[in-house]
Amino acid sequence: MIEDILAASVRIGTPLLFAALGGLLSERAGVFAVGLEGMMLAGAFAGVIATWLTSSLGLGLVASAAGGMALALVVVIATQRYGADQMVTGLAVNILALGLTSFLLRGFGARGEAPVLRVPTLAPWPIPWLADLPVLGAVLFRQPPLTYAGIVLALGVAVWLARTRAGLTLRAAGENPYAVFAGGTDPVRVRALAIVACGAIAGLGGAVLSLQQVGTFTDGMTNGRGYIALAAIIVGRWRPMAALAACVVFGAADALQLRVQGFRLPVSSYVIQMTPYLVALAVLAGVGRSARLPAAIGVPLLRERK
Amino acid sequence: MLEMRGIEKSFGAVRANRGIDVSIPAGRIVGLLGENGSGKTTLMNVLFGMVRADAGTITFDGRPLVHHTPHDAIAAGIGMIHQHFMLVPAMTVAENVMLGWEDAGAWLRHDAVAQRIAETSTAYGLDLDPHAVVGALSLGAQQRVEIVKALLRGARLLVLDEPTSNLSPPEVARLLPVLRKLRAEGRSVVFISHKLQEVLDLCDEVIVLRDGAVAGACPVAGATRETLATMMVGRELPPPLARVETTPGREVLIVSDLRALDDAGVERLHGVSFSVRAGEVFALAGVDGNGQAELADVIGGLREAMHGSISIDGDDVTHATVTRRLRAGLAHVPADRATTGLVSAMTIAENLALRESDAPPFRRGPWLDLAATRALADERIAAYGVRAEGGDALVATLSGGNQQKVILARELGRRPALLLAAQPTRGLDPGATRFVIDQVLALRAEGAAVLYISTELEEVMAVADRIGVMFGGRLVGVVSRDDADLTTLGLMMAGAA
Ligand SMILES: Nc1ncnc2c1ncn2[C@@H]1O[C@H](COP(=O)(O)OP(=O)(O)OP(=O)(O)O)[C@@H](O)[C@H]1O
Ligand SMILES: [Mg+2]
Repeated sequence: MIEDILAASVRIGTPLLFAALGGLLSERAGVFAVGLEGMMLAGAFAGVIATWLTSSLGLGLVASAAGGMALALVVVIATQRYGADQMVTGLAVNILALGLTSFLLRGFGARGEAPVLRVPTLAPWPIPWLADLPVLGAVLFRQPPLTYAGIVLALGVAVWLARTRAGLTLRAAGENPYAVFAGGTDPVRVRALAIVACGAIAGLGGAVLSLQQVGTFTDGMTNGRGYIALAAIIVGRWRPMAALAACVVFGAADALQLRVQGFRLPVSSYVIQMTPYLVALAVLAGVGRSARLPAAIGVPLLRERK
Repeated sequence: MLEMRGIEKSFGAVRANRGIDVSIPAGRIVGLLGENGSGKTTLMNVLFGMVRADAGTITFDGRPLVHHTPHDAIAAGIGMIHQHFMLVPAMTVAENVMLGWEDAGAWLRHDAVAQRIAETSTAYGLDLDPHAVVGALSLGAQQRVEIVKALLRGARLLVLDEPTSNLSPPEVARLLPVLRKLRAEGRSVVFISHKLQEVLDLCDEVIVLRDGAVAGACPVAGATRETLATMMVGRELPPPLARVETTPGREVLIVSDLRALDDAGVERLHGVSFSVRAGEVFALAGVDGNGQAELADVIGGLREAMHGSISIDGDDVTHATVTRRLRAGLAHVPADRATTGLVSAMTIAENLALRESDAPPFRRGPWLDLAATRALADERIAAYGVRAEGGDALVATLSGGNQQKVILARELGRRPALLLAAQPTRGLDPGATRFVIDQVLALRAEGAAVLYISTELEEVMAVADRIGVMFGGRLVGVVSRDDADLTTLGLMMAGAA
């Protein structure tokens, strides 16, 4: 039972993890990642459509990254080229993704009805030897491939941020972009690349949902996960491994919520479904003050400043 | 070594550089002088590729720099230390040095870089800990980080934009030999400063800008402060305002046994008591970092007092909000203009109205009276000689000295009962410094009490009726103007008397 719930936490936390890692890159570079929800949704949609059309899950994954990136490019153009507000742009992109995916989905159905596009899902890949470990085996080593990929990605992002000069430049762009400029690198480019990377990774997060967990696309299927991922970034204080831990905690809240619904408690299922969000709120209120945002997050760059 | 020809740069209607020609020979320290807003920073930003000139050519070491970026400038061998430092406070010295430095490699090697920083800083007497977090360093040390950065990137021309305006005298005394050493190695230095004595001591020649054009250039030998000042303003400075005799009245500010902690939680103020009377200027001299900053913060209401009390005009404001202090008659010119003094993303007019926006004439019912705000802005911009397009210009676009003038216009313009001024002339040109001193004296003549905190002894001697010296978080002595002489004050500042 415990084993089950832990394994489910990791599985359910995976889409959050991808989105959080993407968002973390964007925010460390100084751009609020409000558009995560939309990027995930675009990724989930593009993944299902591509898989349905080509019957290749591999191409589906590529398409989902591309879908997230397409939305990220909108953010880049609006915020970096035209100096639009990051929050507003992010929200606009979320609404755009919701409408556009629902609309396009109907294009694949007859008479404007939303079709159910069934695609195969990524099956679990038990890892030889390790999968047979007690408890740990079930929790960590009998997971589907994108879950492993997410954990590796978290490690990779952590090392890249802390140990490479490119990672240093990205962090500096979020702290003091003018220092980056004076150091000979264009901070606008750094931020643009970070947003695009964020889109690709969050898009894959959407694919985790549609191609690894559900096997189809439904309207608005991300259902607020992008926002939970934002909370995970903050709870993890903008550090990849801590964000991973936060995602597992939010995953656990969701897993428990699903189990509790099975008990037929005299409480509306809608109330029970709220728990992950309540957990997020409670944790955020606790972390609140001590969390330190990247100093220059949200600060637009005035091109001609002294 | 460097030739700049016909450099033009306009920001909207402001022509910051209008056809400037300068040449910098190798192995020389060249002073770049000019009033606030005369275009010094703009010219150097053009050189470094931070802003693109509208016209003109640049040749460095025989090679032209066209449409270049800071990256190209650094690669060519130009290093720049900006008026507002370009460091990341949350990162260590080593990380800041590695930022954008290709030779540091794709993977960060903290230890190897720390080693090089240590070597360079020993060779030049810079005294830097590579692993220290930059935000925790003094301004002087941050500046040395910028110097190390430039040296490690192989700069052969180093531009320093007002490097001394926020350093304490001992820190300045450390910086100048470093620059001389660079000259001895055949590098060139462009040194921007408003402190004419420093320029005379350090530089080989000077170039003076006025209104975005070269007003003159001459070797330092034979120049005096007076000739330089005249070149800068194009006329002779008027004599200082005569001090009128005032009889100090009631005690406006009473501070007793004040103790306070700094940001790191270390006690920096160990029980300071004094009072300032109406019609009196009480100056606090002392080397930066001896508790003056904390004292000013506590009186201004930006820092909690741990112990002791403060009263303004009989009102106990020890734990009062800033608003209540302002209402009690306080005006505050903070030392740190960028973060506590101004909202740089707002316009001049808005910044000027900040303190008074909840009272007429700025308030009409629940609304801001924009016409009144604008009228006031126009009046103060004229009265304080702020060089700007108008009240609607963003504060962020002003030159450093002009930003300072906006704060002064806001705080002094209110005719407060008590003025708390911390380093009010920082970054001001000699004419503007004179103007501030005149304004402070005028306020005094009207019966205001003034607490004037400064590290510049000469200025202190010019304004103060009484001079207190801070050392190690204590007030170590108070002398009246007539008994004060520079030597005793200097000794007291060093903690030796
Ligand atoms: N980004 C900008 N946008 C608009 N105007 C600007 C900008 N940068 C500078 N200016 C204007 O150009 C003029 C020259 O400014 P600059 O900063 O070069 O002066 P400065 O000589 O360095 O003065 P200071 O001694 O006060 O630092 C000023 O009038 C300033 O307001
Ligand atoms: Mg300047």
